[in-house]
Amino acid sequence: MSETATVSEHTIVNPETRVIEIDSHALNFGPQHPAAHGVLRLILEMDGEVVDRADPHVGLLHRGTEKLMEYRTYIQNIPYFDRLDYVSPMAQEQCYVMAIEKLLGIEAPERAEWIRTLFAEVTRILNHLLNVTSFALDVGATTPSLWGYEVREQLMEFHEAASGARMHANYIRPGGVNRDLPAGLEDRMLAWCDTFPGFLDDMEGLLTGNRIWKQRTVDIGIVTAEEALNWGFSGPNLRASGVPWDLRRSQPYSKYSEVDFDIPVARNGDCYDRYLVRVQEMRESLKIIRQCLTKMKPGPVRVLDNKFTPPNRGEMKRSMEALIHHFKLFTEGFHVPAGATYTAIEAPKGEFAVYLVADGTNKPYRCKIRPTGFAHLQAMDKMAKGHMLADAVSIIGSIDLVFGEIDR
Amino acid sequence: MADTPETAPTEDQVPVVLTPTEALCAAVGGLQRVLSAKIAVGEIVIRTDLASLLELMTVLKDDPRFAFEQVMDICGVDWPQNAERFEVVYNLLSVSLNHRLRVIVTTDGVTPVPSVSHIWAVATWWEREAWDLFGIPFSGQSDLRRILTDYGFVGHPMRKDFPLTGYVEVRYDEERKQVVYEPVKLVQDFRRFDFISPWEGMTTLPGDEKAHREG
Repeated sequence: MSETATVSEHTIVNPETRVIEIDSHALNFGPQHPAAHGVLRLILEMDGEVVDRADPHVGLLHRGTEKLMEYRTYIQNIPYFDRLDYVSPMAQEQCYVMAIEKLLGIEAPERAEWIRTLFAEVTRILNHLLNVTSFALDVGATTPSLWGYEVREQLMEFHEAASGARMHANYIRPGGVNRDLPAGLEDRMLAWCDTFPGFLDDMEGLLTGNRIWKQRTVDIGIVTAEEALNWGFSGPNLRASGVPWDLRRSQPYSKYSEVDFDIPVARNGDCYDRYLVRVQEMRESLKIIRQCLTKMKPGPVRVLDNKFTPPNRGEMKRSMEALIHHFKLFTEGFHVPAGATYTAIEAPKGEFAVYLVADGTNKPYRCKIRPTGFAHLQAMDKMAKGHMLADAVSIIGSIDLVFGEIDR
Repeated sequence: MADTPETAPTEDQVPVVLTPTEALCAAVGGLQRVLSAKIAVGEIVIRTDLASLLELMTVLKDDPRFAFEQVMDICGVDWPQNAERFEVVYNLLSVSLNHRLRVIVTTDGVTPVPSVSHIWAVATWWEREAWDLFGIPFSGQSDLRRILTDYGFVGHPMRKDFPLTGYVEVRYDEERKQVVYEPVKLVQDFRRFDFISPWEGMTTLPGDEKAHREG
């Protein structure tokens, strides 16, 4: 309204200027829109083509994961974590398993921790590849997405070789990982490490210096460091705003204290910086993967206590005790001593955490999942205000949303 | 965790060197309005009451000794057997000092919890979620709509007395050409197995009640 007032004052000065009154109107964006990255319903109050207010409606993919978890044993709950953020499954399993291990007071063996670190980084590349390329797709560049899917498929083969499933791995278990890596996988992964930088260079060649890409992303959706902290940002989105914060460095878990890597930080906090941080993180992840593969030593991949991990198949054929352990573990599960923990990891999208309350039984009393994208999406209103409708799409693409995780 | 030499507790008689976590716990525990402060599985947990929540949170954010710039998570926990059945759990993080803290308040579900959204903007959605799933009201929160459940949903699903199957189910009605809501019909009873072993779970055996009550 104030704008129309100033315009009409202006008309008095210059009678040639025509006054066009534009009603602000609400626009329903999604939930079935390809650029909504799943099932986001965004109510946009538009002033012409400029976004006045953005009100995201989430929960269209709400499956009651937290409620379901209260009715299942600790081990039965691991697959739910693959299905939260379905583009970075292993990182979330790792977080939940770390929370259980913390309450149980057990530690995974050396090799299992290396495998977890290795696959956390494979997952990070999987996630960033999908985000960066589909962000480009939202903005209008088709090729990176087509190329990216091919590389993602190569990575999923590694997932499949290790766990038996391309995406919903269910691989990381309390006390270690499900099974050791198959023979030859480490060499295949090392060989893949040599091909990946070439792909990244090609992809960056399409985007980083691209004039259209820059016009669509530079100075769009700027978040300052202070705002980012206030709005609960974490991960690449926080680092793009200039806060050098990475849980892998500041509160190291698994084997991150033993590998050498850099943490890319950008300065402007716009969509372009968020893209740059992710691309650079993929290069750093590659460094970590290489180090994991070279530093890994043969050894057990899960604790030997059959109260927490199943006995070997061969042993079960011979030992009655092993058979009982197996039966008890997969029917009753283990009992976790009463207590509560907030365990956070640096998931590809930011801080993913589990607040696990145990009451001494074999099922979690309460498991709160701290989704990363929830906080980022909330700042949508702040970021999109004053931008054009098409920029709202850029912003959604750049903050890396997956609704399996946000809606839980 | 944190490198905060200035948060060392004031009591000089403590001979042992405190770890940063212990030092922070002592410093936070020394604040006014903190009912209890303890370390459990390496994490600091403090409890306070509803009346002093806002004041305490402001101190925790603004005091340079604590500098909790971020509230990473706010969630509810339901303990139906307690008089004040809901816990509201705030997980705070300081990126400048690299430490975490958990603040817990309890409420009976009728008395509103003061909203911290004026201290941390991100709190709005976390509080909406706690309201939606647990029915914990927040005062001073201008936007207390439901967030995760369906439009027009009735009840608060994460409460322990809310059944897992819910009360209504939806399907597409071909005749009416719309989605209809109907009461849940289960073809088989929901099965929930009791795994509490009488030998492990039962600390007081039948006949021993009197002895254990006195002890």
